[in-house]
Amino acid sequence: MSLDLDALCPRLAGAPLFAPLSLAIAPGTVASVMGPSGVGKSTLIDAIAGHLAPAFTLTGSVTLNGADILARPAESRRVGVVFQDAVLFPHLSVGDNLAFGLSRAVKGRAARRATVEAALEQAGLSGFAARDPASLSGGQRARAALMRSLLADPAALLLDEPFSRLDTALRDEIRAFTFARIRARAIPALMVSHDPADAAAARGPTIRLIPIGDIT
Amino acid sequence: MSARGEGWGLRAGVIVVLGVGVIGPIAAGLAQTARAAFGVMPAIGATEPGFAAFAALFAVPGLGSAVRLTLVTGLGATALSVIVALGALPALHGRLSRGRAARWLTPFLATPHAALAIGLAFVLAPSGWIARAVAPFAGFDRPPDIALVGDPWGIALILGLMVKEVPFLLLVGLAALTQIPLTRHLATARALGYPPAAAWLKVVAPQLWPMLRLPVMVVMAYALSTVDMALILGPSTPPVLAVLLARAFFAPDTAMLLPASAGALLQGALVAGALGALWLIERVLARLGRAWLRRGGRGHGIDGLFALGRFVALVLAAIGGLAILALLAWSFAWRWPWPAPLPESWSLRAWIGAGPGLARAAGQTLAIALSTTVLSLALAVAWLEGEDRARLGRAGWAEALVYLPLLVPQIAFLYGLNVLFLRLGLTGGVAAVIWAQALFVFPYVMIALSDPWRALDPALIRAAAALGAGPWRRLVAIKLPVLIAPLLTAAAIGLAVSVAQYLPTLFMGAGRIATLTTEAVTLASASDRRVTGVYATLQAGMPLAAFAAAFVIPAVLHRNRRALRGGGV
Amino acid sequence: MRLALAAALAASLAAAPGLADDWQAVLDAARGQTVYWNAWGGDARTNAFIDWVGRQAEARHGVTVQQVKLTDTAEAVTRVLSEKAVGQETGGSVDMIWINGPNFLAMKDQGLLHGPFVGNLPNARYLDLAPGSPNVVDFTVPVDGRESPWRLARFVFVADTARVDTPPAAMADFVPWAEAHPGRMTHPDPSNFMGATFLKQALIELAPDPEALQSPVTDASYEDATGPLWAWYDALRPNLWRGGTAFPENEAIQQRLLNDGEVDIAMSFDPASTAAAIRGGLLPETARVFVPEGGTIGNVSFVAIPYNAAHRAGALVVANLLIDPAVQAHMQNIDVLGAFSVLDPNRLDDAGRAAFADLPDDPALPSRAALGPTRLEPHASWMTQLTADWAARYTR
Repeated sequence: MSLDLDALCPRLAGAPLFAPLSLAIAPGTVASVMGPSGVGKSTLIDAIAGHLAPAFTLTGSVTLNGADILARPAESRRVGVVFQDAVLFPHLSVGDNLAFGLSRAVKGRAARRATVEAALEQAGLSGFAARDPASLSGGQRARAALMRSLLADPAALLLDEPFSRLDTALRDEIRAFTFARIRARAIPALMVSHDPADAAAARGPTIRLIPIGDIT
Repeated sequence: MSARGEGWGLRAGVIVVLGVGVIGPIAAGLAQTARAAFGVMPAIGATEPGFAAFAALFAVPGLGSAVRLTLVTGLGATALSVIVALGALPALHGRLSRGRAARWLTPFLATPHAALAIGLAFVLAPSGWIARAVAPFAGFDRPPDIALVGDPWGIALILGLMVKEVPFLLLVGLAALTQIPLTRHLATARALGYPPAAAWLKVVAPQLWPMLRLPVMVVMAYALSTVDMALILGPSTPPVLAVLLARAFFAPDTAMLLPASAGALLQGALVAGALGALWLIERVLARLGRAWLRRGGRGHGIDGLFALGRFVALVLAAIGGLAILALLAWSFAWRWPWPAPLPESWSLRAWIGAGPGLARAAGQTLAIALSTTVLSLALAVAWLEGEDRARLGRAGWAEALVYLPLLVPQIAFLYGLNVLFLRLGLTGGVAAVIWAQALFVFPYVMIALSDPWRALDPALIRAAAALGAGPWRRLVAIKLPVLIAPLLTAAAIGLAVSVAQYLPTLFMGAGRIATLTTEAVTLASASDRRVTGVYATLQAGMPLAAFAAAFVIPAVLHRNRRALRGGGV
Repeated sequence: MRLALAAALAASLAAAPGLADDWQAVLDAARGQTVYWNAWGGDARTNAFIDWVGRQAEARHGVTVQQVKLTDTAEAVTRVLSEKAVGQETGGSVDMIWINGPNFLAMKDQGLLHGPFVGNLPNARYLDLAPGSPNVVDFTVPVDGRESPWRLARFVFVADTARVDTPPAAMADFVPWAEAHPGRMTHPDPSNFMGATFLKQALIELAPDPEALQSPVTDASYEDATGPLWAWYDALRPNLWRGGTAFPENEAIQQRLLNDGEVDIAMSFDPASTAAAIRGGLLPETARVFVPEGGTIGNVSFVAIPYNAAHRAGALVVANLLIDPAVQAHMQNIDVLGAFSVLDPNRLDDAGRAAFADLPDDPALPSRAALGPTRLEPHASWMTQLTADWAARYTR
C-alpha cells in the first residue's frame, strides 16, 4: 500500500505551477507538502483526488498500490480527502453523514448502524448520531469528517490544511487523533499545510513546493 | 471520464430538445411571419412578394403614436423599475432576511399580470377605490372625468408594469447579492469614508449588474410587447403597438394579416433596438461610473435618492396590495355602486355561479401548469447537471438560447407558429399548450435555479466523490436534497408563469383549452367585475399556494438542519 | 334572393318523409359528439344559457356542447382560415360559431361555411324565411341558408333615470344633451361592433338618402351619406367622456362605467340586458332602456358551421335545438336571458304559444311596441369603411 507521485506537475495554459513533484509515501506515513500560499497546494490535492478544474492540464503520474489512478473519475480512485472546513453534508444528520461514507462492503442495516456507532464512539461522539451537523463544535466536526472519510475504506488519504481553522488548544488534540487513525489504518497520507508545526507532528517526509518563478 | 462523457451527452440531449422544441419553432414562426410581412401568404391568396404590407402598416392611423407610446411605456417602465429596485434593494437587504423579503415579494410575483391589471384598474379609476376614499372630502358627487386608467400618456400602464417588475428585479437582486461578499465589501467602503448609498453605487452595483442584466432585458422585452396588461391599463386610441397588432391579427378582414405580420416584425425590431440601446447605455454608464469612482468623491448627497427609491417601492407595494385586495373584495360583492368604499351587499353568488366552469378551468390550469413545470424543471436539472458532469462553465451562447423565447416578442412568432402547428396537425390539444407554455416557463425555471445550483458549495460534491459516491448518487443524495428549497421555488415560479400565459394558450389551444387566465382576460372585457374577481382571485391564488408550499415544505423537511434554514429561495 | 327562396321552400318540405329519414341519420351521427361552439364569452347570462342548451342537447340527443369563449368572434374566423391555409379540410377545431355581419361576410366570401343547411332543420318550420325577413339577410348580405338564426338583437340606449330626466329623442339631440352634460356619455370604440353600430344608427338618421345605405358603398355615395354624420360627430365629440379622446373597449365596459357613475348613458344590442343587469346587481334599479323615436337598427344573431367542422352532425342538431319553441321561450324568459325569440308567432302551435304566454314581466324590460320600428343594417361594406374613416379622423 503506497502512494507514488512521479514528476507530477499541474499546468495552467501550459505553464507549470511548481517544479515537477516526485514523492513516494509508504503506508501509515503522513507526508507533508509545504509552500507559500498561492503556490498551488490545493491544486495538487485536486489533481490527486480527481477534482482538477478543466482549465488545468496535468503531466506526470500518480500510482496507488502500483495502479495509475489519473484516468479514473474521483469516486473510483479510493482517495479520501479531509478538507480545511471539515465539510459535512448539511441536510444529513451526523450519523447519516457517516453512513453516506461507509463502504458498501458493510452489509445489513444493523451492521451498518453498529459500524457508524462504533466510529462515532472512537471519535468521542457517542450519542451524536441524530444531531444536526450545524450544531457541532469545530473539533467535533473535524473528527466526524475524518471518521467519515475512513469509513469509506480509502486506499490513501489527502489532508487539505486540515487544522488551520482550529484554535491552538484544539489543534494539537485533533492532529494527534488524525495521525493516530491514519497509522492505525496503515494507509499512505499526504497533507498540505503552511504550518511547520503540522509537518513536525506528522513525522513523515516533508517537501517544499517551489514556485516556478524561483527555479528559472 | 465516463461522467464527463455522460455530461456531454446530457448537454447534447438538452441542446437537441432546445433546438427542436424551442429554437426551431421560434425561427420557423418568425419565418412565417416574415413571409407574410413581405406579402406572401397563399392561404389568403397573397403570392406577390413586395413591400405592400409595410406600406399598409404605415398607413394605419395612429401607428406613429402607437410606436411612440410603446417606447415611452416600455422603456419608461423598465428604467423606473431598475432605478426603484436598485434604490430599494439595500433597505430590503438590510432589514429583512432573504427568506422574509422573498415572502413579502411573493404575492406580487405570483399574481399574473392580467389579474393585477384588473385589480389595479379598479384601484386607480376615477370611480375606483382611491377616488371613492377621497370623494367625501373632495366633494365629488360623481366620479371626476379625468383619465386615470387608459390615460393617453400610458402612466397607468407604466405603473402597472412597475408593480409587477420591481418585485421581480428585487427578488433577482436579492439572489444575486448572496454571490457577493457584501458585508465585507460594504464595511471596507464605509471604513474608507463612503456613506451607504455611495458605497452601494460604487462597490455593489457594478458587481450586481452582470447578474441583473439578463432579467432587465427580459423585463424590457416584456414591457415593450405586453398585450394583456396594455389592453386593461393602456390607452385605446391608439393603443400600444402590440395591442394594435393583436387587434389586426384577429380582425375579421383577413387582408389585415399581412400588415399585422409586418407590424410583428416592427415589434421585433423595436425590442432588438431597445436591447441594443441597453448595451450602449451600459457601456456609457460604465465609463462615466469609472471616472466618478476615480475622482474619489464620497457622494454624500445621494442617500436621499435611495430614500426616494424606498418610498416609491413602498407606494408600489401599497397600490399592488390594494389591487389584489380589490379582486378579493369584488369576488364576494353583490351591489357595489359609486361612491361606496365597500360593497353594499356581500354574496357568494359569483363563486357559486361560476361553479362548474370555474372548476373545469381551474383543473385544466393546474394540470397544464404541473406538466409544464415538471417538464421544465427536469430539463433545467439535466442542463445544469450536464454542465457539472462535463465540467463545463456557463456557456453564454447556450444561455442566450434558453432566454430567446423571453426576448423575442410573442406576437412576432406565435401566429407563424400556429400555422406551423396546424400543418403538423398538432394544434388544439393540451400537449401543444403544454409545449408552448414550456417555451416561456423553462427560461424562468433556469433563471431561478441556475444561480443557487452553481452557488452550491463544490466542497460538498468533492467530499461526496472522495467518499466514493458516483455522479448519480451525488445528484440524488446530495445536490437535490440540499437544493430542495431553490428547486421548489423554481417550481413555484414555473407554475406562476404557466398559469399567467395568455397568448400561447389562446393560439396553441385553438381556444378550446380554457384556463383561468384565458377566462379572466375574456371576462375583463365583460361588465361583471365580481366574476372577473373570482377568476382573477383563483388565478393569483394558485401560484400563491405553490409559493407557500415552496416555503413550507423545505422548512418542515429541514426543521432540524440549521445550515439549510435561513433563506427560502 | 333566389337561394333564400329555395331555403324557404326547403323549410316547407321539412315534414316530407325523405327529409325526416335524413334528419334521423343526422341525429344518429351526432350522438356522442362534442360540439365546440365558438361564441363571444363576455356575457355571463349568455354563457349560462349556452350551458343550459348544452345540457338539453345532452339529455335529448346525446350531444355534448362545449362553449369556446371568444373575446372577439373574429378569433374563430382566423382559426378556420389558418386551418384552410394548411389544407385541413376535415376535422377542423371549430364546429359552430355565433356570428353575424362582417365576420359572416368574410367567411362566406372565403368559402369557409357549410351549407345551405337551414332549410333542412326540422324546426325551421317555425321561422319566417320569406324574402325580406330579417332571418334571411345579414347586414344586407343574403344568408343563403349558411347560418341559422337564434336570437333577435335591437340597438337600444340605457340611461340611469335617476340622473337623466329627458333622454335624447333622436340621434341629432345627443349634441345639445352632451353640451349640457359634458363628459357624461360615451360610446364603445368603433373598432368594436357596438361602437360601429352607434355610428351607423346616426348615419341612418342623418344620411340624406338612407336607401343608398342598402347597396355596397362607393366613394361617391360615401361622401354624400357621411357628410352630415361627421359634422354631427365633430360637434358631439368634445363633450364626450374624456373629451372624446378615449373610448371603452365594448358595451360591457361601457355598462360598467354607467354602473360606476362615470357616465349616464350606455348602449346595448339586447333590449333585455338592462332588466337582466339590474337583477344581477350590475346596474342601479333606476336604469331604463330608451330608443330614438324613428326606431333603431335591429338584426338577428346567427350560428354558422365551418366547412371543415369535425362534428357537423352535432352542430346541426344544436342549431336545430336552438330554434325549438320551448328553448326559444326559455331564452326569452327574463329570468334566464330575456333575448327576443326569432320564431314567427304565427307559425307556432298551441304548446309553443303557451310557453311564450307564460313568461314573467319586468319593469325594466321594454315591450316590443315601445322599441318602435326596426331599421335595417346598412350593407356590411359601410361599416368597414365607416370604422376605418373614424380611425383615420380621430386617432392621433
